[in-house]
Amino acid sequence: MSTALTPRDGAGVRRGAGLPKWSLWAVAAGSVALAVGIGLVAGLTSHVQWGLIAALLFVLGTYGVAARAEGRRQAKDRVATALVWVAFLLAVVPLVSLVWTTVSRGVKVLDGYFLSHSMGLVADSEPGGGIYHAILGSLEQVGLATAIGAPIGVLTAIYLVEYGRGRLALAVTFFVDVMTGIPSIVAGLFILSLMLILDLQPFGFAGSLALAILMMPVVVRSTEEMLKLVPNELREASLALGIPKWRTILKVVLPTSLGGITTGVMLAVARIAGETAPVLLLVFGNPFINANPFEGAQASLPLYIYQQYAQSAGAGAAYDRAWAASLTLIAFVMILNLVARGIARWKAPKTGR
Amino acid sequence: MDISTTTDVPPSAPRPDAGERRTARGVTRPGDRIFLALSRGSGILLLVVMAAIAVFLTYRACLAISADDGNFLTTFEWNTNTDPPVFGIAVLAFGTVVSSVVAMALALPIAVAIALFLTHYAPRRLSGPIAYVIDLLAAVPSIVYGLWGALILVPHMQGLYGWLDQFLGWTGIFAWNGGAPRAMLTVGILLAIMILPIITNVSREVFRQVPRMHEEAALALGATRWEVVRMAVLPFGRSGVISAAMLGLGRALGETMAVATVLSPSYDIQASLLDPGGGTFAQNIASKFGEASVQGRDALIASGLVLFVITLLVNGAARAIIARRKEYSGANA
Repeated sequence: MSTALTPRDGAGVRRGAGLPKWSLWAVAAGSVALAVGIGLVAGLTSHVQWGLIAALLFVLGTYGVAARAEGRRQAKDRVATALVWVAFLLAVVPLVSLVWTTVSRGVKVLDGYFLSHSMGLVADSEPGGGIYHAILGSLEQVGLATAIGAPIGVLTAIYLVEYGRGRLALAVTFFVDVMTGIPSIVAGLFILSLMLILDLQPFGFAGSLALAILMMPVVVRSTEEMLKLVPNELREASLALGIPKWRTILKVVLPTSLGGITTGVMLAVARIAGETAPVLLLVFGNPFINANPFEGAQASLPLYIYQQYAQSAGAGAAYDRAWAASLTLIAFVMILNLVARGIARWKAPKTGR
Repeated sequence: MDISTTTDVPPSAPRPDAGERRTARGVTRPGDRIFLALSRGSGILLLVVMAAIAVFLTYRACLAISADDGNFLTTFEWNTNTDPPVFGIAVLAFGTVVSSVVAMALALPIAVAIALFLTHYAPRRLSGPIAYVIDLLAAVPSIVYGLWGALILVPHMQGLYGWLDQFLGWTGIFAWNGGAPRAMLTVGILLAIMILPIITNVSREVFRQVPRMHEEAALALGATRWEVVRMAVLPFGRSGVISAAMLGLGRALGETMAVATVLSPSYDIQASLLDPGGGTFAQNIASKFGEASVQGRDALIASGLVLFVITLLVNGAARAIIARRKEYSGANA
């Protein structure tokens, strides 16, 4: 958009000869100011409403201004642009609010004591206590789930990409897609039905099994993508040297795509680390420290958050703990995400020749 | 229709194993056989797990339904600890569908707009970081959404509820009795935030693949950017967007913790989206599990089976739509 003067006649549709750049900012500022004014005058307490009014005014204002200055078609274009921006801002608002509240409320009780003590002798409504038992349980359950889910997922992906032919491969591909959509609670119910049949009490490893089910399709999908990026010439060169296929896969294909596979596994770990529903059904929660995932109920970080919220009947101390645990969980997941993406960028397979 | 197209090999890329298998078939070494057995075994294990999920859920569900004194489909009650137990999924099915549809209706336009923003509107420098922010939305654990929804979103909904009741209350759908806004609309909004990333990501993939020539042709005819989007991008991406929406719907249907923390459940159907009450399959399982006996757990498994079947149908349909247009790589989202 040039900085040409606004044509006041409003007749022709002249591309590039439209509104000056600042005019949209002016409209935005004006609509926000007007919305705040309306909100104050009408006594609207909710800031959500203020935002909605501002967004509406912005879209209408853009249309009005642009229609006068540039003609109807340009105005429609402007409105579409405005709507797209509004949509983006709408999506950012909850994210910002969520991160802000979690951080600002979470730091209240998050300290060394909180991280190193359990809820053993602390009633839910009292201050004190910590999340040591939950972190321990989460690490064990997620670790075991990864130990089961990641190899199976990677091997399945190798099968699909390197060997996969015929009906079996088609079926596996299809059901991996279907499995991606299984709600986590259904995976939990599946293991629960096994536990009912075998008459078992809740224990950590049962949760790991459900988490592994949720993890496998994600790992398969991402690993498949990465294996496909490995240039065929590498495989052919290795095979041409008379190297068996399995060694080609282990020594050439996998090392080439290792960065991407690691990224995929880490993203999958980040995803299952936040799963609450299966853990609620299978691991049950435990205020005491239980380091044995194969016997007795365990705690877990997401489950801890839920139980602090649900069982405390609005006690402030429990909410503080829930926020602090949320902050810990988000930090864990975000760090995993960042590291995974870092690895992806750093170790991206060199597909170019 | 070829199912393998969901693995989205771009048509131009060679199949990685196109040539070498035939040449390698002559020689089989023990190492090869073991490795093939391992990897094929993993694939088969996945299929077995899927089958086992269906079989065991059905088995426990049959036990529960045969003991049910009410009608499993139509009873408005969930009393599993009585003898005989009386329970039905009518309320849960209604609540699940309503909350997911509300979520999708809210999320779809915004997600499509963001996808357009990323592919056609945002400055190139911005679109990378913004896509990252959207991915962060997906990385936040659902329980944290639940906590945020229950403690932050719910109080903020008061004003909006009052407003809707005042101006749209006459429709009945938006009538409000003044209770805490722990109702389907709040649940729908929270779910919409949660399914936004997946719809955005799949739509973005589709919009990226719009043939450059279509857009340039439209531009050459003097179309504005919006007209390009309306005439070239959206028609091309329609089926991809539909399948993206269904993937999002599948997520919303099975979401547990965010609903369990926000909704105040009851076993009756509310005509208004703004009145607290109702429930969803997943929420009911999470909320009722603690007090359930073995019989009660079987009943919950029965309701979980229904949820499983519904999500299978929705996801299967979404995948089928993606597969039909094989150039879309949405399957990996």
